[in-house]
Amino acid sequence: MKDDSIRHPEAAAAFLADREQARWHDSAIWWVRQKRDAQASQLPEWEALRELARTIKAHTLSRLDDYLRQFEEKAAANGVTVHWAADAEEHNRIVHGILAARQVKKLVKSKSMLTEECGLNPYLEQRGIEVIDTDLGERIVQLRHEPPSHIVMPAIHLKKEQISELFHQELGTEAGNNDPTYLTHAARANLREHFLTADAGLTGVNFGIAETGGVVVCTNEGNADLGTSLPPIHIASMGLEKLIPKLEHLGVFTRLLARSAIGSPVTTYTSHFHQARPGGEMHIVIVDNGRSEILGSDDFFQSLRCIRCGACMNTCPVYRRSSGFSYSYIIPGPIGSTLGPSRDIRKHASMAFACSTCGSCSNVCPVKINLHEQLVLHRKRAWDAGAVPTGKKMGLMAMRFLTRHPALFDLSGKVMRKVVPILPEGLTRQSAWSRAGRDLPEMPEQSFKEMYRRREEKN
Amino acid sequence: MRVGLFIPCYVNELFPHVGMATLELLESYGCEVVFPMEQSCCGQPMANNGDSKGACAAAQRFTSIFRDFDYVVAPSGSCVAHVTHHFDWYLAGDSDYQSLKPKVFEIIEFLQDVLKVEGLPKPVYFPHKVSIHQSCHGLRELHHAAPSELMIPFHSRLERILALVDGITVLKPERRDECCGFGGTFCVDEPELSTAMGEDRIAQHEATGAEFIVGADPSCLMHMGGIIRHKGRNIRPLHIVEILTGRGAT
Repeated sequence: MKDDSIRHPEAAAAFLADREQARWHDSAIWWVRQKRDAQASQLPEWEALRELARTIKAHTLSRLDDYLRQFEEKAAANGVTVHWAADAEEHNRIVHGILAARQVKKLVKSKSMLTEECGLNPYLEQRGIEVIDTDLGERIVQLRHEPPSHIVMPAIHLKKEQISELFHQELGTEAGNNDPTYLTHAARANLREHFLTADAGLTGVNFGIAETGGVVVCTNEGNADLGTSLPPIHIASMGLEKLIPKLEHLGVFTRLLARSAIGSPVTTYTSHFHQARPGGEMHIVIVDNGRSEILGSDDFFQSLRCIRCGACMNTCPVYRRSSGFSYSYIIPGPIGSTLGPSRDIRKHASMAFACSTCGSCSNVCPVKINLHEQLVLHRKRAWDAGAVPTGKKMGLMAMRFLTRHPALFDLSGKVMRKVVPILPEGLTRQSAWSRAGRDLPEMPEQSFKEMYRRREEKN
Repeated sequence: MRVGLFIPCYVNELFPHVGMATLELLESYGCEVVFPMEQSCCGQPMANNGDSKGACAAAQRFTSIFRDFDYVVAPSGSCVAHVTHHFDWYLAGDSDYQSLKPKVFEIIEFLQDVLKVEGLPKPVYFPHKVSIHQSCHGLRELHHAAPSELMIPFHSRLERILALVDGITVLKPERRDECCGFGGTFCVDEPELSTAMGEDRIAQHEATGAEFIVGADPSCLMHMGGIIRHKGRNIRPLHIVEILTGRGAT
């Protein structure tokens, strides 16, 4: 679970205190953005695909109740048990109920941001069920007792040396052996043991298909397939926005997803699940947990189009230089900075301001969510909720007043130009403008208005 | 053609020479330029911090000051983008604003799209290497260039107009349009991050071998300029109108 008292400015400053590590983090993630560019540029129809994906998702969201009912009906006809969870607590209770009724001791999980959102792992662990995350990156952060720092690359904040040390302690690998292949093999051997001894498997859902009642899970490691084929019980947790109407629409999204996420043409595995294997059971838990409320919001409903590719994080100059741990919500970066504040503006207000409004996120987004605008719209809610710091609020109120009184505006500008140059350096150096190594601008003798007035007088 | 000159508040106080260069440039192309003295701030700082009331009042005020001009022109992509893209948050149903909106231009847009200039008012010789700084709002809201995220043919307004300058060498930094980290009040909300972004950006501009960082938004140049001065670097920020009027070589 994530500490939601994190405030982005302080957390980012702490992250940047180790500039070398921060530079490495920035470059490692920028490299993924470049891979995305290389893949996207090979498709002449890239922009048309984005528009198509946007349209399909927008259409689905506009009739979500119908599609959800259709999905439930088809899934039930396939023999799948469908559950509805209004919130995180209900989701966890349902999953625990299924597992407890079948005396499940060990659950293997493939990647699911929804279960992170719901805090499923601690919920089950407190009730005596062992949970093993089987995506390599997820497994690494689980062993470190950390939340994921990225939604697609959960351990992107770690260097291989750190992983080697972790595996040495937790899995007994050789000390100092940093070879990624060696470490991956060690993790695989360890996970294989867990797959074979688990009583149930849980997956997230990338796409739910209304016309078939099937769910699609995209992974690169095949862990979802092992986790659902070995144990007899498969639970799929799905946010209610994951639906697309028809199977024929899926190709639009699978073409965009991996290219946007990691710069690969496609994920290694795109697995379709329609029913339990013989003798097994399959459950789908459809989760609302605040999504209906977002769907009802004019300003923010577009955020439900998200397919969780993480491209907005990879392009975000703020995310790359502050890491996922600087954000108070479990989903970091641009998309998290609209979803978190939608959930609770007071708790997550600093996320709405952790943005230079450069707009790159909205442009990489494969479903064209107006991410950077949503962040600014959340700032209105922060203002109205009293979540803007008092000092800043007073400054803006002064600005508001001066804007209406240009003579005073000009006077205060003039005072600034005359006073700033004679301020003691010790004072200006501590200002928010200067404290991180940025000098104040030189203060010109005259303002433009003064120069213009003088020129008019001369003419 | 009566052009209302919109000089953003911080340009008025801190970069008056950019305002003067803009004025001279417009006049030398034969525009009748009027500068309404009662202008103050377009309201972007309020809007970006959620103060809808303050932002709305500023938007109304801006509209009433500028509505009667044939065109409104400013030397700042970000302030223009606020007027043309975000006043709708407050004035969607305001007919004065709706008729003003299509008449508001950033200076380079105005020269290229309205005046359709094919040469400079007087020849400019600027025998220097410059690295282009694509400011984000100019880039992604005003389409000053093709943003690197979009898979569309490349174009760049700044490069196109700098091709009219003699002797100049125009370069592009690695990560051709990464944000410099200014971001309005972001720069003081998150000074460490903002400065780190600026340092990285400046290093990328320096790596081109350029002597100048040239852009169309004084705010980004102010931010990078502050870091450059603090670090005692040699590269200098320069607003594009200063080159186009032949003032930049000083």
